[in-house]
Amino acid sequence: MEEYQKENISRDNFEQCIKCTVCTVYCPVLAVNPDYPGPKQAGPDGERYRLKNPAFYDMALKYCLNCKRCEVACPSNVKIGDIIQRARLTYDKKPVKLRDRILAETDVMGSLVTPFAPIANFALGLKPVKAVMDATIGVDKHRTFPKYTGKKFVSWFRKDAPDQSAYPEKVAYFHGCYVNYNYPQLGKDFVTIMNAIGYGVELLEKEKCCGVAKIANRLVDRARHDAKINLDSIRHAVLDKKMPLLGTSSTCMFTMRDEYPHLLGLDNADVRPDMMLATVFIYRLVEEGKIKLAFRPDFKMRVAYHTACHMAKLGWNVYSTGLLKMIPGLDFVMLESQCCGIAGTYGFKKENYPTSQAIGNDLFKQIESLNLDVVATDCETCKWQIEMSTSVPVMNPVSIIAQALDVEKTKQLNQH
Amino acid sequence: MKYDTIIIGGGLSGLVAGVALAEKKQKVAIVSLGQSALHFSSGSFGLLGNIDGKPVDNPIEAVAALPAAHPYRRLGVDTVMNLCSKVVPFFAEAGITLKGDCAQNSVRVTPMGKCKSCWLTLDEFATAGELKKYKKAVIVSISSFLDFYPDFLAAGLKSIGLEASVVQVTTPEIDRLRRSTAEMRATSIGRQLRGNAIVELADAIKKVSAGADVVLMPAVAGFDSEEPVKELRSLVGTPLFSIATTPMSMAGTRMQMQLRRRFEALGGTYMLGDNVVAGKIGGNGTVEYVDTANLTEDHLYAESFILASGGFFGHGIVAEPHRIYEPVFGFEVATDGDRDKWFDRNFFAKQPYMSFGLDTDESFRPLKDGKAVNNLYAVGAVLGGYDALKEESGAGVAILTALHVADLIAKK
Repeated sequence: MEEYQKENISRDNFEQCIKCTVCTVYCPVLAVNPDYPGPKQAGPDGERYRLKNPAFYDMALKYCLNCKRCEVACPSNVKIGDIIQRARLTYDKKPVKLRDRILAETDVMGSLVTPFAPIANFALGLKPVKAVMDATIGVDKHRTFPKYTGKKFVSWFRKDAPDQSAYPEKVAYFHGCYVNYNYPQLGKDFVTIMNAIGYGVELLEKEKCCGVAKIANRLVDRARHDAKINLDSIRHAVLDKKMPLLGTSSTCMFTMRDEYPHLLGLDNADVRPDMMLATVFIYRLVEEGKIKLAFRPDFKMRVAYHTACHMAKLGWNVYSTGLLKMIPGLDFVMLESQCCGIAGTYGFKKENYPTSQAIGNDLFKQIESLNLDVVATDCETCKWQIEMSTSVPVMNPVSIIAQALDVEKTKQLNQH
Repeated sequence: MKYDTIIIGGGLSGLVAGVALAEKKQKVAIVSLGQSALHFSSGSFGLLGNIDGKPVDNPIEAVAALPAAHPYRRLGVDTVMNLCSKVVPFFAEAGITLKGDCAQNSVRVTPMGKCKSCWLTLDEFATAGELKKYKKAVIVSISSFLDFYPDFLAAGLKSIGLEASVVQVTTPEIDRLRRSTAEMRATSIGRQLRGNAIVELADAIKKVSAGADVVLMPAVAGFDSEEPVKELRSLVGTPLFSIATTPMSMAGTRMQMQLRRRFEALGGTYMLGDNVVAGKIGGNGTVEYVDTANLTEDHLYAESFILASGGFFGHGIVAEPHRIYEPVFGFEVATDGDRDKWFDRNFFAKQPYMSFGLDTDESFRPLKDGKAVNNLYAVGAVLGGYDALKEESGAGVAILTALHVADLIAKK
């Protein structure tokens, strides 16, 4: 038998691209912004040139949202989004703008601002302040910053949360910046559910921002620094203390599971299977018959589920929607899977605002047409975008379940 | 996770099977490794256009002349005819309007202006038979759109007796896309053509089509539904038909989305961008579960499984230099002996590898060591025994085997 190369040896599977072009059909940016060369050209096509000479790097790659919908569409398993992001991190040598640094430092900003939350929220909501930020650093004036909380989730958890030590089984919780600085209620809902099904909650020894915004803004050394701290704490929780690591943000989970090894070069294979969204964990327990959920008979809600881009990439919407469908009083609608346009910090940038809103337009129209009580999604930035652009409130599935749950009855059903 | 039926592959055959089973109230999941070959559709479906280089006039009559292992022979001519009668209303439920007759092939016009036989054609496209009714056509192409070849088309139309002139139009909405002509595809134009952009395009077409009794334009309209095409037709007034472009196919992309929307509206679960990496066949020859790349910690259980994973393009069949196999369950694909017998050096000749695929029993259940797997069925391009390209039978086999297997599963 003659010698032949059996395995693909190129990074990100890029030699497997057969130029079928189907990724370009589903790129949300290309659909509205012709200045973006599209995933095929920006990704595998451009990579051939860049490998010959980095001077072929095209600055228009900055328009990529990193939504990974090109990868979801690819029938040949080419990591198109990773190719594009890696090219940005490798070849774009321009200094990172002050505005991008501020937007990317979600945890630093959170720590600085929470002590002055009422003032900060008031100031960030003022039209003159918005106009100044728009004119000086390029944060679009149409955007509303998510409100900062006066009391961080971590402070509540340490001081006011119900005692977690009595539970024989425990899970570790990655709350993320959003729960900690902006919306502790989601974290409290998570603790309520876990306690009701008989699990105690622990926080990681040290938790840093997952790094998604830093990667998007090319602050890759800062991202890797934080990622290492997170991975150390996660290893301690998962390997030493035998707890699964649960989260309530699809993007945090996606970043730590997939972007750490793919873009930051950090191997996480030893803990990756134990890092998951809370909905995945709960769904599995129900399916395996290990726990039972009791829901309030008076709960009624018409809910449409929006598949966040990173959720589509993870393929986990079957879990979140599966749980929602278990709620008897919940009237379920599946929204067409498409990008809402915000893509984290992308939509906050003045130059991206029109693109961002144009991308989400079809989704907003569909949402308005359905006569909904609530849109459910596992991503916090989708929540901001949809709440800003439609009249429908947005909730994480965990919060919906917490509202629908008969907590006392569920506790009785799950006493170990 | 537990379903009644799990379908591996979310293209034409997988979606048809999925919709048919969901219509029968089954709990169905489709796992699809990326988007499908339907995005390359010509807008027509072939049933059987050619046997051994001879054109087929009546596909139903011709079925008997096919080799015994051909999927149509497995179905039998009565079943083929019976299933064919269901196809137009089946697609109509998804908002897809088709025309054609299984007992009389019609002729479609290719992007290169060639005439080829086909069975069903989307209502927006012209068959050669329809075009013969007209005397003077105007071909309206779109400025800078590279996937349409009006001069080839005009030459082809001349061969069926239709004189055609060529003009170019554009509108402000479409013109924006010219900033990146390399990415100016049928689907990106289609996305722009809604609301006022349709009115503008209709006005532009009206201005250049005076004196023509039929207008032909590239199939670029109708991103979400057939409505934009209908609106354009009614605004232009003169009879207007679409002509297939080279890929991406707007009509094919739309059909994919319409079938998926119908499947999900019936309660089906569509997992896009996931890959079935393994299947467990138990000791009694029954598939117990499959595993996917994304849902690493869970098995997916079902009563029945359908392989609708496609041919070489869809990775339903994988070729290595000296072996061809089906990657999920590891079925060997029978080949014609040595590698050098798999293909003909004349590129345009009938290529043996095109007929390679799974061997099955009468019920389309793949054979493992000569014995059929109890609850696994194969449909569409993963099947062997036919040459979709030379026979012009790809869509026909995909649709009919999918409908048939859905019937078999529902009757269990």
